[in-house]
Order: sequence, then structure tokens, then C-alpha cells
Amino acid sequence: MSWVSKTLNSTLGRKLMMALTGLFLIIFLLGHVSGNTLLFKNDGGEAFNIYAKFMTTNPAVKILSYLTYISVIAHVVYSIILTKYNKSARPVAYANSKASTNSSWNSRNMGILGTIILIFLAVHLQGFWYKMHWGDMPVVSYGGEQYKDLYTIVNFAFQSELLVALYVVAMGFLGLHLSHGFQSAFQTLGLNHVKYSPAIQKLGLAFSIIVPALFASMPIYIYFINMN
Amino acid sequence: MNLTLNIWRQKNNVDKGGFREYKVSDISKDMSFLEMLDVLNEQLAEKGEDPVHFDHDCREGICGMCSLYINGKPHGPLQTTTCQLHMRSFKDGETITIEPWRAKAFPVMKDLVVDRSAFDRIIQAGGYVSVNTGGVPDANEIPIPKRIADEAFDAATCIGCGACVAACKNASAMLFTSAKVSQLAMLPQGQVERKERAEKMIAQMDAEGFGACTNTGACEAECPKGISITNIARMNREYFSAVVSSENV
Ligand code: HEM
Ligand code: SF4
Ligand code: FES
Repeated sequence: MSWVSKTLNSTLGRKLMMALTGLFLIIFLLGHVSGNTLLFKNDGGEAFNIYAKFMTTNPAVKILSYLTYISVIAHVVYSIILTKYNKSARPVAYANSKASTNSSWNSRNMGILGTIILIFLAVHLQGFWYKMHWGDMPVVSYGGEQYKDLYTIVNFAFQSELLVALYVVAMGFLGLHLSHGFQSAFQTLGLNHVKYSPAIQKLGLAFSIIVPALFASMPIYIYFINMN
Repeated sequence: MNLTLNIWRQKNNVDKGGFREYKVSDISKDMSFLEMLDVLNEQLAEKGEDPVHFDHDCREGICGMCSLYINGKPHGPLQTTTCQLHMRSFKDGETITIEPWRAKAFPVMKDLVVDRSAFDRIIQAGGYVSVNTGGVPDANEIPIPKRIADEAFDAATCIGCGACVAACKNASAMLFTSAKVSQLAMLPQGQVERKERAEKMIAQMDAEGFGACTNTGACEAECPKGISITNIARMNREYFSAVVSSENV
């Protein structure tokens, strides 16, 4: 084995991959949530549709989106490898364990939280991303240029209470994943410092509340504007 | 105090083992936990039964030999060693469950005794420094800032008990290994083998079958010596910089 594959197969190397891909996905989430706030614009979806076209056609964004796909896949693959490996390190469980007295629930259940996020991701991608790329889409034109009307698809989808509920609940789980994951990634990278760690902790907490809450508010907002 | 003890009994390394219930009475609140077990073992010996095997040595909280997973926590309800735990931490009439450390890398040898030689092999892999032969060097010949000396000393207070492994949901030995990597990485004497040490000790830790770290912080919360997980961050830095810069291909 070369030193690279040896490192990537070590416990620390695997964690490094989790942390780097996790941090990249955090940056992705920041971009995704910022762009999607265009859904709140009261313009019949024009700004959102123009943004959606840019996101699917701009070459620089294309490179970023491939990096995102790779990050998701690597994050999930390494999470399976690590979770299985970690389980095998304790073949006989304790009969009586008070783990809740020494660690948070979400830190101990990142695999479960991640699996729920993955299920949500499958539903989410199938509903919007797949349609946008390969599905039959209604078309609108702004200033003589043709745009796929993703806004109408989104608008229609979020008239279902079930889907809105799924999105809101999934964002709750994302928040739990991030409230441990954000600061954990810095610790994995070795960035634990008296000057910076308190700020990282606070930023992580704020991120894990604000970003999922913003995401969750979108389906809720669309559901209510369609009720009137 | 009268107590019910629910103790893991296992004949040997291959036996499946199981819990057995015992009663002890007239236990003084001032007894240590291990003294309470001594009382039980005297009772068992009188009846001609096999006493409950458990590890201990100094009974002063310094050797790291005692273990025991007591009522769901390593070393019991307080953040101390089992030998320094007293019966006043328990209530009269309580049922106390006592299990061995559970980790693939710490096989149960008998009852509550586990084989912790995996820790010794991690130390052997790199937890040492080169010294010059010849005359005895002067004490304090190498200047070390007080702050660094203190931090290295804090890491060096790890007694190798394994409570961190026992507490961790992944049975990870990161806290122990990071304390041992840190105590030497911070000192001038530790620079000679610095890169090699990080690489070899972590390779050995993995080879022993300890899990990876999820940064839950359970180890730090249960460590009787208060070893901080900042040591794990330091070990990660040591390791990542060692693998990219060492000559070890
Ligand atoms: C947008 C989505 C996601 C983001 C932003 C994210 C972010 C993160 C971050 C930052 C960490 C901490 C890494 C570390 O401790 O160094 C982490 C850990 C983890 N993630 Fe995710 N994650 C996402 C989705 C997923 C998915 C879909 C799965 C799995 C199916 C998953 C499974 C895990 C697991 C199991 C861990 C803990 C690994 C361990 O035991 O150390 N995550 N995630
Ligand atoms: S780090 Fe703490 S819990 Fe782990 S072996 Fe050392 S003293 Fe025991
Ligand atoms: S017996 Fe030595 S530390 Fe407990």
C-alpha cells in the first residue's frame, strides 16, 4: 500500500475525509440556502428561475456541483465504512450504559441522522434536481429568453402537506447533524485552540439553527401563499 | 449498607459469561468500592466459591490498574478511579451492575479482568525518546517554558486505565494515544522521533482494533485524570503533518 492509501485507510485518514467532505457540504448548504431565498421574492418566480438556469448551465458552478456530488458520495461511503468499523470495535455491548451522562445524543447518532438526511436527499433530488436536469419541464420566457419554470414545480410540490412536513422534519435532523458536525470537523482537522474554538462552537450552533430554519421556512412559506 | 450486586462472571477468555446476582450486607459508607468487593470475595471464599476477579494494584488512584464499568459508567458515578470511589456514592438497598471494559482490543480474561496489553504495544510502537549515553546530564539543562512543561505534564498524568476506551461508543483509544503522543511532542526531548512516533503509534492503535473518533467527548468526561480532547486535536495535527512530510513512504 502506498502512503496515501495507507493514510486514507487509517482511522484518522477516514475521519479527515469525513471532515473535509462535511465542511465542503456546509459551504454548499450556505450557497444553496442563499440562492433559494429568491423563492421569497414576490415576482412570480422570475428571479428564482433565472438563478436556477444559471446554476445548471454556468461552467464554474458545474465544477462546484460535481465537487458536491463527489463530496456527498465520499461522505456517505466513509460514514458507512467508519460506522461499521466503530461498531466492530465493541462486539459485546454493555448491559447498562449511561452514555447520556457523558455525551450528547446527536454526537452518538450521527449515522442515524445522516441516514435520515440521505433519505430526504433522495426524495429532494428526485423531485427537483432530476426534473430540472432530465425531466419534462414547463417553460417560461423573460425578455425573450426561454427558462425552465422550476418555480412552478416547486410551487406545486409544496401544496402537499406531507411534503412540507417531510421537509421541515428533515431540516430538524439536518440541524442536529450539523450542531455536532460543524465543530467536530474542526476538532478532526486539529483546529482546537483557546482563541478560536469558542467562536467555532458559537458559529456552528448558529449555522445549525439558522440554515435549516431558513430551508424549512421555504416550503412553509410556499404552502401558505398558495392557501390564500 | 445492604446492596445487591449484579456482576459479570466469565470463566476464561473463551467462555460466554453472564451476570450473577450477589448480596452484601453491613457495608460501611467509608469503604472504597474495591474494599466492598473484597468483602464479597471473603464471603465467596468462605463458601468455597470462586471469588470475583478484578484488577487493582496501588488503590491510590495512580497506577491505572483498576477498571470496572459500574452502573453504566467507567469507574462509576464520579470522575475518579474505581479504587478512589467510596460507597457513600451509592444508596442503601441499591442494585449495582458491574461489567468489564468492553472493547475488541481489551479481551475479557476472567470475570472483570480485561487484557489491556494493547496499550503497552501502542507505547512500544513510539512512546519513547532517544537519550544520549555517557555522563548524567544536568537537570534543567534544556530550557522549557513553564507553560509547555505544565501542558506536557498534564498529558503525562494519563495512567493508562482505559476508561476512555470503555466510555467511547466506538471503543476508541484516541484520548490515551493522544496523551502519550502529546506529552513527548511538546518537549524538546521528544523531537527526534516526533514524526515517526505519531505515525507508528496511530498505526498500532488501528492494528489493535480500537475504533475511530466521533468527537463525542465521552472520554474526556469520564477520564479520572481529566485528560483533555485538545490532545486529540494535537495528535491529529501531529499525524497529518507527519504523513505528508515524513520519509516513510
Ligand atoms: C448536507 C449534508 C451533510 C452535511 C453538511 C454533513 C456534515 C458533516 C460534518 C461536518 C461532519 C463532522 C465530521 C467530523 O467529525 O470530522 C459529519 C459527520 C458525519 N456524517 Fe455528515 N453531513 C451531511 C450528510 C450526511 C449523510 C447523507 C450521511 C450518511 C448517510 C452522513 C453521515 C455522517 C456520519 C456517520 C458522521 C460521523 C462520522 C464519525 O463517526 O465520525 N452525513 N457530517
Ligand atoms: S486518557 Fe484518562 S481515561 Fe484514558 S487511559 Fe489515560 S487516564 Fe485513563
Ligand atoms: S488501583 Fe491503582 S489507580 Fe486504582
